[in-house]
Amino acid sequence: MKSTPYLLSLPALLLFGAIVIVPLVMTVLLSFHDWGQYKGIEPVFILKNWHEVFTDSYFLEMFWRTFRIAFFVTLLTALFGAPEAYIMNRMKSPWRGLFLLVVLGPLLISVVARTLGWALLFGGNSGLINKALVSMGLISAPLPFMFTETGVVIALTHVLMPYMVLAVWAALQRLDPQIENAAVALGAGPFTVLRRIVLPQVMPGILSGAIIVFALAASAFATPAIIGGRRLKVASTLAYDEFLNTLNWPLGAAVAVLLLVALVAIVIGCSRLVERRYAQVFG
Amino acid sequence: MAFLALDNLTKHFGSHVAVDGLTFMVEKGEFVALLGPSGCGKTTTLQMIAGFVEPSGGAIRLEGRDLLAIKPAKRGLGIVFQSYALFPHMTVAENVAFGLEMQGVAAAERTRRVGETLALVGLGAFTGRFPRQLSGGQQQRVALARALVIRPRILLLDEPLSNLDAKLREEMQIELRQIQRTVGTTTILVTHDQAEAMALSDRVVVMNHGRAEQIGPPHEAYERPATPFVANFLGRTNLVNGATVRPEKIWFATSGLAGKVRTRIFQGNHWLYQIETADGLVTVIRQNTGEAMPAEGAAVHLAWAAI
Repeated sequence: MKSTPYLLSLPALLLFGAIVIVPLVMTVLLSFHDWGQYKGIEPVFILKNWHEVFTDSYFLEMFWRTFRIAFFVTLLTALFGAPEAYIMNRMKSPWRGLFLLVVLGPLLISVVARTLGWALLFGGNSGLINKALVSMGLISAPLPFMFTETGVVIALTHVLMPYMVLAVWAALQRLDPQIENAAVALGAGPFTVLRRIVLPQVMPGILSGAIIVFALAASAFATPAIIGGRRLKVASTLAYDEFLNTLNWPLGAAVAVLLLVALVAIVIGCSRLVERRYAQVFG
Repeated sequence: MAFLALDNLTKHFGSHVAVDGLTFMVEKGEFVALLGPSGCGKTTTLQMIAGFVEPSGGAIRLEGRDLLAIKPAKRGLGIVFQSYALFPHMTVAENVAFGLEMQGVAAAERTRRVGETLALVGLGAFTGRFPRQLSGGQQQRVALARALVIRPRILLLDEPLSNLDAKLREEMQIELRQIQRTVGTTTILVTHDQAEAMALSDRVVVMNHGRAEQIGPPHEAYERPATPFVANFLGRTNLVNGATVRPEKIWFATSGLAGKVRTRIFQGNHWLYQIETADGLVTVIRQNTGEAMPAEGAAVHLAWAAI
């Protein structure tokens, strides 16, 4: 029967609808409700929250910061993660597994625990990193890491690195093992082989890793909450504060929905670009 | 002086000896096949010539000069890999042009030579395609063009036809031989397929356990195998009355070794027989000339010319 596939996927669709679509629709509706200090949430349909989000420069700054952090985190994971995956891929058998475990191991530890580790390393003027930098004579005065964008970017880069390494690793696995030899035999030096042969072929992996890392960095909560704190808010910590501290749920909902829409637009736009660029070559 | 000389070439992987004191010469323009079962060291030998594997001992000399002292990128050898190893992100023309670009050949000259070489392998109309959009046989031709365009001193072919289906493989064998004759490049072919080695090469090096069992023209190796291994590897053999006999050199006679037809298989251009004799099972191949042949269960007599 023609309808069989639909019937069979009905339970999954119902579950998906109940736990994803319904709360999402409710959040969208919530963003159009009114809220007052004393009257609480009023289920009316107004554009007050959206107007506020789009006109108040405070929110604009917040979103800029969120995507700026996500951009730099993506850039850093690509710059470090891609070579890391390449080097690991060239390692011999016992080391390869060991280092893969070292890179992916952090995924088994809570993000909160890992971020608290960074908080300890940064830790104000007496943090380990600052002490080390000062004693090495690289800097004269301690650098501020806590509650700064630099600190959030560093911690998030570490937290999200495994996703980039995995994506590039997967692309490297698809590489013909003889392809570098083929280029060498034609007279290419090691750097040319990397730039002209290996890099273009792992580029789709780097880009798909970048999309994942960007989305996760822009929507990350725990790391910006601990390193950035109240002083350096991003979209997700802002939405959280509106919900749980100010109790202005409708405004928080507007922020959350805007973050979601912006992220979906960016991710879909980038995937389209990547797919169109590489469809012909890698299909 | 030989064009290419392998002198006592040896390669150990740990305690395993992959290539064991291999010595042979290749003349300029010659087509030599390294033939043997998997694990006989033929691919390792090729990779040592190419420079991807460092020998444990021995020497390789090209026109009297030590080849091992030259980096792989500077050896100027053309290699066709078993997987073709085409650059998937480059078009056919870009793939072929890559080697010329590395040599610093000017753009106009590059375009001319790429066009020439692609025409030689019959792919003149496919310059703008990506490797993915080509069939296996076409990819094979691109790999060949990419190796030939740099005018290599030696062309190394690593099981180049093993990924093609039987019919295409035969066509490519003929074409490969013609192309090699046309350009006259000294060629070394690595293969486990004895038919391919015999069809293509001027001389075969039959290898087993890292050693050359016999070096010579295919016909000679087939007709006068130096060792039982060579006899068995180059086609089928029977051991009758203590002599090694090829199945196609046995015929049905009125007298001779008596036997009974156990199976008879029709293979188009020939019949394949298994005959039960006092000496055990004997394989016989007879050309299909259209005449009636002994049926299964028939009593026959066998005669042969020993090799």
